[in-house]
Order: sequence, then C-alpha cells, then structure tokens
Amino acid sequence: MSEQGQTTEAAPEEEAPQESRSRQVLREIAESSSMVVFMAIVASMLIGGLLIIFADEAVRESAVYFFSRPSDTFSAIGDALGSAYSAMFNGAVLNLQAESFAATIKPFTQTLTMATPLIFAGLGLGLGFRAGLFNIGAQGQLLMGATVGAYIGFAWDLPAGLHLLLAVLGCALGGALWGFIPGVLKAKRGAHEVIVTIMLNYVALYLVAWLLSLEAFQREGSDNPISPVVAETAQYPKILGVQFNLHLGFVVALLCAVGVWWLMERSTLGFRLRAVGANPSAARTAGMSIGAATIITMVIAGALAGLAGSAPVLGTQKFLTDSVAGSLGFDAITVALLGRSRPLGIVLAAILFGGLQASGPSLQVNAGLPVDIVVVIQALIVLFIAAPPLVRAMFRLPAPAHEKEVAA
Amino acid sequence: MTATVADAPAAPAPSTVIPPKKFGPSIALGVIALLSLVIFGIGTPSGASTTFVVARGTDFVHLPAYTAPSRLAAVLLSLVGLGLAGWAAYRANQHRKVGIWLPVVYGMAIMGALLTWAGAGRDATSIQITGLLTSSLFLAVPLVFGALAGTLCERSGIINIAIEGQLLAGAFLAALVASMVGNAYVGLIAAPVAGALVGLLLAIFATKYWVNQIVVGVVLNMLVVGLTSFFFSTVMTENGDLNQALGMAKLPIPLLSSIPILGPVLFNQNLLVYILYVTVAVLQVMLFKSRWGLRVRAVGEHPKAADTVGINVNRTRVRNTVLGGAIAGLGGAFFTVASGLAFGKEMTSGKGYIALAAMILGRWSPRGALAAALLFGFADALRAQLGAIGSPIPSQFLAMFPYIATIFAVAGLVGHARPPAAEGIPYKK
Repeated sequence: MSEQGQTTEAAPEEEAPQESRSRQVLREIAESSSMVVFMAIVASMLIGGLLIIFADEAVRESAVYFFSRPSDTFSAIGDALGSAYSAMFNGAVLNLQAESFAATIKPFTQTLTMATPLIFAGLGLGLGFRAGLFNIGAQGQLLMGATVGAYIGFAWDLPAGLHLLLAVLGCALGGALWGFIPGVLKAKRGAHEVIVTIMLNYVALYLVAWLLSLEAFQREGSDNPISPVVAETAQYPKILGVQFNLHLGFVVALLCAVGVWWLMERSTLGFRLRAVGANPSAARTAGMSIGAATIITMVIAGALAGLAGSAPVLGTQKFLTDSVAGSLGFDAITVALLGRSRPLGIVLAAILFGGLQASGPSLQVNAGLPVDIVVVIQALIVLFIAAPPLVRAMFRLPAPAHEKEVAA
Repeated sequence: MTATVADAPAAPAPSTVIPPKKFGPSIALGVIALLSLVIFGIGTPSGASTTFVVARGTDFVHLPAYTAPSRLAAVLLSLVGLGLAGWAAYRANQHRKVGIWLPVVYGMAIMGALLTWAGAGRDATSIQITGLLTSSLFLAVPLVFGALAGTLCERSGIINIAIEGQLLAGAFLAALVASMVGNAYVGLIAAPVAGALVGLLLAIFATKYWVNQIVVGVVLNMLVVGLTSFFFSTVMTENGDLNQALGMAKLPIPLLSSIPILGPVLFNQNLLVYILYVTVAVLQVMLFKSRWGLRVRAVGEHPKAADTVGINVNRTRVRNTVLGGAIAGLGGAFFTVASGLAFGKEMTSGKGYIALAAMILGRWSPRGALAAALLFGFADALRAQLGAIGSPIPSQFLAMFPYIATIFAVAGLVGHARPPAAEGIPYKK
C-alpha cells in the first residue's frame, strides 16, 4: 500500500509555486488527512441524516402528497433532522435546556465516561496495528479483564487504595492472558492472529457465562447470571463529585495514552515493535526477534483491552455480567482506525465515539430514534476514513502528492 | 512435538527434499481419544444403559428404540476415535494427508461417546438420534452457506470477514420482502440480493481503494448490524406487517425420504436445504474441475501469474466476492423465512464467525466446508440434546467447541490449514 497515489498527481505539483500564499495554505488544509477525517465525519452524519429522514413517520406521510404540497415534506424533513441533531448535541456535549451549570455540562462528562473504555482498548489495538498485528480480540480480552478485576473487587476484602490497585491490575492481567494466547500461537505455530482472536472472543464469552453460573460468581439471592456488586474499596472514585459519573478510570486511561506514546515513540522496545510492524524481514535481519515482539505486543495490547474492562466493572456498572463488554471491543477497532493508531488520535476518536454513544439515550427520548443510528454513523465514519480517495472524490478535495498509508 | 512439525527445512535443500513428518495432529487426536476412553468409557457405571431412539412415530419405517450398555458403547466409540488417530499417524508416517472426513468422523465419535456417557442410567430419557441428526443438518445450513461464501472469496484472494454481515443482511431482506409479498419463497430471492450488496461494498473497498480487507469486513459487519437494527426498531416496529413470521413447508422427497434414519434426516427438509445440497456440489465441481475454478484459484494463489496469462485479476475478485456475498445472503434466509421466524436484532449472533471457522477447518473447499459445518451443527444440536437430558457437562463448554477446534486447526494441531497465498493482498499493476 505504499506507492498509492504517488504518480497520479505529478502535474499539479509544477503549478504550485505560482499559487498565492493564502491559496497554498488552503490547499495544504484541503490535502491534509485531518481534512479527510473531518469530511468523513460530515459525510457520515449526512448519510445518517438520510436514514433518519427515511425512518421518520411524518416525512413518509407527507411524502405521499409530495407533489401537491412539497413544503410539508421539507418541513417534516427539517423537523426530523433538527430534533435528531439537537438531541445528539444535548446528549453528548452540552445540555442547553438544563437549569443548573452541573446539568448543562453533565452530557460532556458522560461522553468522557463512555470514552474511557474506548481509550484503553483503542490504545491496545492501535499498538497492535503498529506492530503489524491485527487483533480482533479486544472483546474477549476486555471480558477476561473485567472478570478477573470484578472477582478481585467483590471477593477480596482489602483496604481502600490497595484494593482498587489490585483490581485494576487484575483487569490488566486477565486481558494480558487472553492476549498472550494468540501471541504465542502466532509466534510459535504461525497461527493467524485474526482467526485466533475472533475465536477467543467467543471462548471468553462462554467461559464467563459458565463462571457466572458457579457459586463463587453468583450474586446471593439471584438466579440471573450476575455477580455481586464490587466492593466500594475497589471502585474507581468519582473525580468530579457524586452527581457526575466520570470516574478515575478516565485519568488512568489518559496516563496509559501517555505511557503508550512514550513506549512507542521514545523507548527501544517501542522502536523494535514498530520496526517489526513496518518490515518484519528487515527487523529480523537487524537481529530482532519477531516472535518475541509478537508476544510482547499481544500481551500489552491484551492488558490494555483488559483495563478497558475495568471501566464498566469498577467504574460505571460495578458488577459482572456476560454482556458487560457490549460491543466495546469492536467499537475500539473503529477508534484505533479513526485515531490512526496514534495515542492522541485514539483519545480524540474515543471521545468522538464516546459522545456518539452518550447521545444514545437522548436520541431515544427526545427524537424517538433508536440508538442503532449511532452504530451506523460510527461504521460509516471508519469506512470513509479507510478510503481517503473516496472522500476526496465526494467532496472534490485535491489529492496530496504523497499520500500516507492508511492505518493498519 | 515442536521438533516434528518444524516447517522449513533448515539446510540448503538437496535434490530430494524429505519434509519432516508431522505427528502433531495425530498425537493430539490420540490424547483426546484416550481421555474420552478413560472419562466416558471407564467412567461410565458398568451396569448402566443408554437408550437411543432412531425413528420417530411419523416415520415410514418404524424402528424400535435401541438400548445399549453405556460403558461398552462409550468404549467402542472412543476406540473408533483412537483408531482414527492411529490411521492419521500411519498416514503422517507415509507423508500423506488425511481427508476432511477424518476429523469429522472423529469428532462425531468422541461426541457420541460423550452423549452415551451423559445418557447413561437415565431410564426416563432417551437419546433421539434422528432428531439430533436432523437438527444438526438444519443448524449447519447457515454455516455451510457462510463457509461457501468465505471459500469463494478467499480462493480469489479476498478475505471475507463480512460473512456475519452478509448473513444478517440476507435474513433482514428475506423477512422484509417476504412479508411485503406475503410469500416466504420470495424471501429466498431477496436474501441473496442483500448479501451481494454487502459483498459488492467489500469488493469495491478491497480492490478499488485497497483498504485492508479485514478492516472493511469488521466495519461492514458493524454497518449491517446498525442498519438492520435501525430499520427493525423504526420501520418494522411501526408496521408489524413488514416483519411477519412466515415459514417454508417441509418438502419430503418421495421414496428417498422413507429410507430409515437417513431419509427423514436428509430428504425431509425445506427448499433451502435442497438448494444447499446443489450449491455445495456445483461449487465443489466448479472450483476444482472447471476452467473458471482454475482461474479463480490462480488469482488467489498468484495473481501476477494469472494476470500475465490474461486473467483480469480484480474483475475476478469482484465477481467472486459478489457471488460469495449472494450465497451468504441466501444462507441468511435460514434465520427468518426458512425457520419460520420474524427478523430480530442481531439474530445471526456470531454464526458468521463460526462459518469462517468452518471454512478454515474445511481447508477452503466446499466439501470440507460442508463437513466442518455439519460437525459444528452436530455440536450445537448436541448442546440442545444434552440440555434436555440434563448433562453433567456445562453447555457452555460444548458451545465453545467450534471455536476451540478452529484454534487447534489454525495452530496446526489438527491438520495443517494453509490459506490461499495471495489472500488479503490488494493487486496493483
């Protein structure tokens, strides 16, 4: 994927010097990959809008007599879109109808809360992508992490700080174990990590379902497969006070982002991992062990995905079920792709997708739209991001002289 | 074990290279069969017996229920497994491969031993063999279609992770169109269209924009889940007429369906199952015996060589991916019109990924896909059966079986899984 678009845009390059300075700046903005990202988001929101219009009953009713009174249809379309987008804004950024300051900013803290597991898992996946490993297994790693963390949280009895620390480490350990398996199978037996991680997702799911049927994991007096509530000493403290859900996990996630940045950009190990990802044969020639790099990457990626499991079990939901992972593992793939596998990008992408998810309830209540629209928009964004030429063609953006490789 | 399976000959190859003998798979099979012998065979109380019911009251030929001493049956079945492991070792010693039939028969023997063990001493309940086999085949239907779709795509060099999405899209459109027309069979026409559309998207992104095919597959799955759930919660929920539970009648084939045991299992099914038989047979012949199949495989193994002899690589890939999508979409019809159910959110629940597993275990051939899918279907049916008779084995472990079997397969422990060489690499001139 390296020579992509190199030869096609040779001609406009020669005209460049004649352009005025301001035009050049504009051109650079239009060419930049952030412009593509922005436009991909715009395009996805527009297509999402089309769906909203299509599903809106008032629009469909008025479209029946479109040719006699088109204005009805257009006003219905306007209403549908207006209520949807304002519900999104109110649900994810600021609630402008709220009376107190706390209620106004609550949606944004909710966005950050939702972004927390996505940051963790996205970091893990991004790390894998850069080391040339396509890890689809965040879902299973997250679930295993959540299981170990939750068990430590509700079964052990420890003083406040230590308990939380051990529970968080337990999450990382559970995930790391589930990342180690595909890593070692890839390194020693050449088993393709995509297949193994997909399969391990389901193994984890059934394993947790089984664990939850055991005495040790059962909540007392309940027949449902749910665990006891995690002890208060093992819960993430709320960092903005009790009226907000935002918990310490978000800070831990940001610290992890910094840690991953340091690991990948500043440390020898990170250099080795990147070298293996960029060109395995060259790395092997330089004396690096591909197998070791694979295992280390998968263990770290698994640990980060496992930490993502700490956000629900120690932060928001506070107990274990077999659906605790939701679709976080797959959402995290989109986060890592949107963030181009870079820590800062991943944090921003996670906040964007966290926002989309946080807007779900508001969409449901205020605009009467199912939460699923968020999944559609999310998938569209990533599809567009993955194919910059498509976005450029849609918005007639100029192609850059040297296009960067698409993430992963 | 690691020493016996080292892949590459280390020294510069002399004129006759003797590859190392691979005993890993047969050892793994042998160990599991031994465990089965000890746990299910010796572990069964000696006096107990298991009752097998091989015919149902409605069958043409009425066979009496058969009661076997549990321990003997379990021991015999485990010995069959052990024998198969020995056969695999014998073939490995001669540097020859074993067919896909071996792991399938082996798997069924071991699971049969498990079933006998679980049913031992339960006089009130009996093991419904015909019912078990019928539901195995039925549960395998979407897996076979999905695995065929994966095989078609991957043989041409496109990784199809979007099988799940294609199944779901097929299930959705089949239910929608069939409900609109009021005829379940129309759903069978609509379903492939939905799958083909998903396949087309995959093909465009993979061949035109060179996006990583795994990325596209994963994202397409998300997109289809989002779209179908969205329309389910809006349009379908508002007008219930658009999502009705329509069923397809069973069509017993005269004469064939009255064969004891096999007849009701194979030839008293609905139209989709018969389409399945035809599809598997046609694809098996076409892929390996026809000019088209040779070209497809050439594109998947060595696109440059294929291009040199004048095969349009990307066109072949797009066509195959669309065709594969259509087949998976048809398989999606299983969930709604062929099962007599209305569409539900995410109703394929990961079957697309098991289909992917069946494709790998079936070594990228239609015949193998059928065998592997039947094995997985059997495991699924067994889970239901064991749940009914109340087994000491948690059902979750049986549910894990297909996934663990696949991990073993790709790790080279049960036969060697080698994908087409050019899989996942975009072709650029």
